[in-house]
Amino acid sequence: MAEAAISFQGVTRRYPQKKGSGDVIALQDIWLDVPQGAVTGIIGRSGAGKSTLLRMVNGLERPSSGKVIVNGHNVGEADPAALRAIRREVGMIFQHFNLLAMRSVYDNIALPLEIAGVDSARIKPRVNELIELVGLTQQAARYPAELSGGQKQRVGIARALATNPRVLLSDEATSALDPDTTRQVLALLKDINRELGLTILLITHEMAVVRDIGTHVAVIENGQIVESGETYDVFSRPQHATTRSFLTGVTGVAVPHFIADRMTAEPRSADDETVVQITFVGPHATDPMLARLTAELGVSVNIMAGAIEEIGDKPFGSLIVGLPASRTAEARAFLEQHGLFTEVLGHVS
Amino acid sequence: MSANLIQLLWDSTLQTLYMVAIATLLGTLIGGPLGIFLATSRRGELYSSPIANTVVGLVVNAARSIPFIILAVAIIPFTRWIVGTAIGTSAAIVPLTIAVAPFIARLIESSIREVDSGLIEAARSMGATPAQIVRKVLLPEAMPSIVLGLTLAIVSLIGFTAMVGTIGGKGLGDLGIRYGYQRFMPDVMLAVVIITIVMVQIVQTLGEWIAARFDKRAPRNRGR
Ligand SMILES: Nc1ncnc2c1ncn2[C@@H]1O[C@H](COP(=O)(O)OP(=O)(O)OP(=O)(O)O)[C@@H](O)[C@H]1O
Ligand SMILES: [Mg+2]
Repeated sequence: MAEAAISFQGVTRRYPQKKGSGDVIALQDIWLDVPQGAVTGIIGRSGAGKSTLLRMVNGLERPSSGKVIVNGHNVGEADPAALRAIRREVGMIFQHFNLLAMRSVYDNIALPLEIAGVDSARIKPRVNELIELVGLTQQAARYPAELSGGQKQRVGIARALATNPRVLLSDEATSALDPDTTRQVLALLKDINRELGLTILLITHEMAVVRDIGTHVAVIENGQIVESGETYDVFSRPQHATTRSFLTGVTGVAVPHFIADRMTAEPRSADDETVVQITFVGPHATDPMLARLTAELGVSVNIMAGAIEEIGDKPFGSLIVGLPASRTAEARAFLEQHGLFTEVLGHVS
Repeated sequence: MSANLIQLLWDSTLQTLYMVAIATLLGTLIGGPLGIFLATSRRGELYSSPIANTVVGLVVNAARSIPFIILAVAIIPFTRWIVGTAIGTSAAIVPLTIAVAPFIARLIESSIREVDSGLIEAARSMGATPAQIVRKVLLPEAMPSIVLGLTLAIVSLIGFTAMVGTIGGKGLGDLGIRYGYQRFMPDVMLAVVIITIVMVQIVQTLGEWIAARFDKRAPRNRGR
């Protein structure tokens, strides 16, 4: 793989507390490579350390120990002038947009260029180009108070791209938006990622955001990365309980209510049915497998729910089936042998 | 009312306007930078220098706690040193400026502190220097509030000028005391009061109008 755009190397961040009550450890020994040109999602609960991690990338926070390398620069050790140069190569968008209320859309987008000392003759074409890119030509003269949330975030995105950064950071950029607008903004980010080859690092507490645009994902809990990798792999084979709980309801299918209500952890009799979730790769992988399960092992399969969706540009399917409890172990071994992932969810009688 | 008196009222009005205008200008030139410094120099802020912040804060508080009339008399030697005389309209500008500058400093400080810290963060993330953040973010974003603060300062100054008669400062307040009160000419007193009220009204209205012109937030609530 190409050199990482951002590399966290053993990063720890402590916040000293006032009354000697021990430091808050916001991040602990983070090792993470963010691949060039990828859309990497960092997901975690409130207080997990997501913002702290993201803010290290443009030096808004400095590590207590460890290194953060961005586009080959060590951010933590950059002097103020070098840091400002790095920041021009790293755009950032925010949950609450952080637009200047007294500046029009046009002037908000021009701000980073003014700050970078670009001369005014060159600012104008660049700003107009960006306004077009984010689809706000009609709103160029308006002020933020006259825009919808989605439009404000488009301004935020245009502003973040103004200086042609190589990396875009997003701190919960869609958390203040409704689901429809969220989809539009995510689609815009995805387009930008594709067209400009921009590396995007975004943090979120919603797995749906990662599902929609993340090629890679890292799950963070209590300041530590508990799982990371390509979105597809993490989604199809979540290793950590936190990842699983984030995935609930986001991928695959839920157990239908009338079954879930009757489900128990342990079988109550040998005649019980085991409820198994099967996750599969590729659109055609299951039908023959389920048919063969019946044909070769004589195990009857009771399909309860199923769906196929696209994650990280690859088809991703889940099925929930009922298998006779007495044959479950055998059937699972058979399916796993053929490359499907299975997980026992419970039992019904 | 005699033509003579009307001339006197006119002259006094101009003197008051002159004192208020120059003191506002000088007060802003001194108080503005102080206000910016106070708003940006606490620990962890743009120009983090907590000790200097505390010292400047103490000086500003001290200056603000002295009643104007006492300040005006107490600094007579200083006034004489600056202006060459301690008497007259120009001399009165010195205590007026010293009284209003710390007030303006605090007003501007609080206006700047109201600016959403997210905007500072955004500007930092763009690679802005502290000076750029002050110039391009803090001051423009705080401008409506700063204008309203300056309006308040000007209205206070109009009040202060009424007291400079004590140190030979002339102006409307002085006229009101010497003619309206000491010579018992109620019509002069009334005229002084009315002119002052009108002056304050105009300043206030103008200030609010300019502030509204600067303010681009929530246009629907501004009734335009
Ligand atoms: N300046 C600070 N001083 C002390 N503790 C801090 C500071 N900033 C963050 N923390 C602590 O560090 C931890 C991580 O905070 P962070 O803001 O990174 O969380 P987050 O994952 O972004 O949460 P959220 O989803 O709520 O934004 C929290 O326990 C927080 O209280
Ligand atoms: Mg956060």
